[in-house]
Amino acid sequence: MTGQRPETGREDLPRTVEEFMAYAWAMEVEAADRYAELAQIMDSHHNREVAELFAKLSRIEGKHRDQIAARMGWQQPPDATVFRWSTPEGAETTDYGDLHYLMTPYHALLLARHNERQAAEFFERFAAADLPAEIQAQAAEMAGEEREHVRLIEEWLSRFPPPERGWDEDWDPPNVVD
Amino acid sequence: MTSPEKIHPGPHGPHTSVSVALAGSGGAGVMTAGNMLLEAAARSGYYALMTRSSGPQIRGGEAAAMIRIARDPIECMDDRFDVLVAVDWDNVHRFRAEIALTADSLVIGDPDQGEPHEAFTGSGARYAPVHLKKMAKTIEGGRANMLALGLVAELLGLPEDAVMRAVEKTLGRRPGALEPSLAAMAAGRAAGADLEVEYGLAPPAAQSTSRWLVSGNEATGLGALRGGVRFVAAYPITPATELLEWMSPALAEVGGALVQAEDELASINMAIGSSYGGVPSLTATSGPGLSLMVEALGLAVTAETPVVVVNVMRVGPSTGIPTKSEQGDLNIALYGLHGDAPHLVLAPNSVADCLCTAEWAVQLAESLQAPAIVLSDQFMGQARSVIDPPAPSPAPARRLTAKPDSPDYRRYGLTDSGLSPMAIPGTPGVSYTADGLEHTERGTPSSQASDHLAQLQKRERKLAHGDYAAHWADVEGDGELAVITFGSCTGPVREAITRAREGGLAVRLVSMRLLSPAQPARLAEALEGVNKLLVVEQTHSGQFLGYLRREYDLAAELSSLRKPGVLQFHPDEIHRHLLAWSQT
Amino acid sequence: MNDNSTSKAPSPADYKSEVKPVWCPGCGDFAVLNALAKALAKLALRAEDVAVVSGIGCSSRIPAYTSCYGFHGVHGRSLAAATGLKLARPDLTVVVTGGDGDGYSIGGNHFMHACRRNVDMTYIVMDNRVYGMTKGQPSPTTEPDWDSKLTPQGTGLREFQPTVIALAAGANFIARGFTGDPNGLAAMLVDAITTPGFSFVEVLSPCITFRPEQTEWKRIVKQAAFEQTADPSDAAKQMLADDGFGLGVVYSGQRPPFSARRASDPKPVTALEARFAV
Repeated sequence: MTGQRPETGREDLPRTVEEFMAYAWAMEVEAADRYAELAQIMDSHHNREVAELFAKLSRIEGKHRDQIAARMGWQQPPDATVFRWSTPEGAETTDYGDLHYLMTPYHALLLARHNERQAAEFFERFAAADLPAEIQAQAAEMAGEEREHVRLIEEWLSRFPPPERGWDEDWDPPNVVD
Repeated sequence: MTSPEKIHPGPHGPHTSVSVALAGSGGAGVMTAGNMLLEAAARSGYYALMTRSSGPQIRGGEAAAMIRIARDPIECMDDRFDVLVAVDWDNVHRFRAEIALTADSLVIGDPDQGEPHEAFTGSGARYAPVHLKKMAKTIEGGRANMLALGLVAELLGLPEDAVMRAVEKTLGRRPGALEPSLAAMAAGRAAGADLEVEYGLAPPAAQSTSRWLVSGNEATGLGALRGGVRFVAAYPITPATELLEWMSPALAEVGGALVQAEDELASINMAIGSSYGGVPSLTATSGPGLSLMVEALGLAVTAETPVVVVNVMRVGPSTGIPTKSEQGDLNIALYGLHGDAPHLVLAPNSVADCLCTAEWAVQLAESLQAPAIVLSDQFMGQARSVIDPPAPSPAPARRLTAKPDSPDYRRYGLTDSGLSPMAIPGTPGVSYTADGLEHTERGTPSSQASDHLAQLQKRERKLAHGDYAAHWADVEGDGELAVITFGSCTGPVREAITRAREGGLAVRLVSMRLLSPAQPARLAEALEGVNKLLVVEQTHSGQFLGYLRREYDLAAELSSLRKPGVLQFHPDEIHRHLLAWSQT
Repeated sequence: MNDNSTSKAPSPADYKSEVKPVWCPGCGDFAVLNALAKALAKLALRAEDVAVVSGIGCSSRIPAYTSCYGFHGVHGRSLAAATGLKLARPDLTVVVTGGDGDGYSIGGNHFMHACRRNVDMTYIVMDNRVYGMTKGQPSPTTEPDWDSKLTPQGTGLREFQPTVIALAAGANFIARGFTGDPNGLAAMLVDAITTPGFSFVEVLSPCITFRPEQTEWKRIVKQAAFEQTADPSDAAKQMLADDGFGLGVVYSGQRPPFSARRASDPKPVTALEARFAV
């Protein structure tokens, strides 16, 4: 449950600040949507605490998304579906496979922290890439914001105890439905 | 839910039988706790029955374990539950119809997990809040479900060592789980003592032999092995999968084999092929699988190859409700084969009876060289019950086989009994080709009217000569009123009749175990003097009623009490109906 | 193709229904639902023009989770139902979904014939190498030594190679995807749906409950493992050399899809009656 995944290819490099911010925006869109979906999945499995945490993370990513749109003054947001990431999905998107129905808020926050770190690294790559200066600057700024998010998540994480041994032990066998 | 007027407390008075439900979600472990309670009851010398119900999730969903514990043998759940313990209330109200409560019932819930749903408190049941989770947290590794178990054990007065041994048996193999669980249980007992209510069980009856704890599916599998089955072809389907999974290693241990097939068409044909080779064979399935198998069953009839199909009935039609019980496969079991294809259909009527009926089905199939369908159901198949051990079984019946080099051997010879010796491959001088095509006495395909009639009559005659007298039905009691039923309806019917009898109303019971071939003479004898007959079944359209009208000339006035599946009958439901019906 | 009066491009959310999946958290099938929704949005198909046909099993629950027309049929026969549907209604986009048990075991016969018949449809098999819904029995793609209650110490049988069978039977498009790469899978599905004929997409979809070791798959799958070809013998060679974890489109052929031969100018039934006249 560490959220690691292999690299798939390289991102297309943005040519303008506008394009770059579209990438950033798309990343937040995907992250917000994914967290919202995960909240529903955990809710159907009676894991209220984690469902609420994912819902909160979805709202936070949604705010980031809206902040970018506001900053850019977009009338029409860009099409989020065209982006190719170097990871299978956006840097802040949690892999469906990293869930467990008995996961604790601590686990969820570990995933969130991993996402924010990946996002920071994503922007740091752009900041260091051979790109126009204004894109690099913007990327550095975004990277800084993501690092701040990592710190906030870590603070949030410190409020939760690490899971006890046997957190994933369910004495009951799986259930048959069909 | 208003508290129903108790017409009669019945032989199982408040404490000769106690019913408990444990509910919770998200990995609470209520099934495991329920199983431990069942085990503890068994070790304390009681009879018991446990069923389970869950939400649609494969893991972490809401779940309920329902246990009835009694001094005397029981075959069904009671009308209501005495105690409901909920570790949490997440969607537990989905079980409202299955966990009926009255004003005498007690609901225990954890107030930190929310208030009990009005589905349960509306009955007038008392509510006792107990901080299960908080208390569990004070014990390192403690779990709320073990606290609940301790609570219930205290309320029922189950002896400490029986409960402890039950817990040890289940948790013994989990490292580090035993100590905290026993501690949590002790805390639960203390909390139970604080409640100042009691549902103490009457002391258990004296035990002459040790009892068995078994599920209907396991009992069916064991019965088949006793009968001599040594080859099973398997395809998973709810609720028969566990039967096959139990049989797999068990068969291997007794020198048999189980093969997983690609589908039901393959499994029935594999079983028939194996049987043709001389090995008693079986497969197990449910409604949708039986539907696939009927063509091959017709082949087994015409080729006169023994085979047993256990059909663990679930709610139909089509995909239906795979996890709930119904008796709606009666029609397809009896009439699903094309052409006139007489065959055996049997129905066990309790968890314990699954064993004897499966064994008998194998014996009949082998001795009569015909297919047998055993109609079990999800309720019996998946219920775990404490029962008296079955009687030692007689030797498995043997096939009538052809001797080597029998002169003028005719595989399908027209004998008086209809039964002709079957040649087993490897036997010299008596080779034949088994055929689904209509055939002559020697087995050569024939389109002659005379051969067809002769063989139809032979196959019919053969089945009429079966040894059915001892087991065709359970016939109990006397009186002018009678109830006729089959399968798992028998349990609540028996209890209802017992209550009626204690109230002065004599009612006879006929629980049919052999449905095909029909036994008109035997039924007429069983119903002599009966002028009103109530047909009880768990089908919507009255399939059993239709069967009785078609196959039997019944003198009595017929009446039908039926409902479709998902919910089993309660004894009370039937008892009330009996009383009203007896007045008409 | 979106007939929305605002002519807004459809989003994946437009193809999902309100029904909450019962799949376990961590199940790969969520990614398939996501990828399918993305693919349909990309293609801007109207949800009502898409039919999702399935059999029985965890992955066969997918139709109800989409807002398309769905058919949740009996175990193993989804391809037959889908064939009937597509031949009767060639205007619909037909997507067939199911698991490895449903598709390769009881559905094995229909799989072979669907490939051979090459009706225009897309078949997505969510392969987790187990019968999940019935609590853990081996399927035709399960490893021979996988221990289970029904087959202790394993089946001892060699696994099915569905891509090889699909090729041999005549499928026109064969690919393998992975739920750990939903965007890659979405692109593959766009390709599969737009390619005429029978498109087979095998999707490795880990079962967190019965095969938790499959979380390792994300470390062993190989992206872009195939050189897409229209040459069956080249495709066969590549497939036989593949270890079952190569991702990508391996075969995309030119076989014209099968469709029922209908008169372009249908006559009334009464026109047939003349032939009985004496």
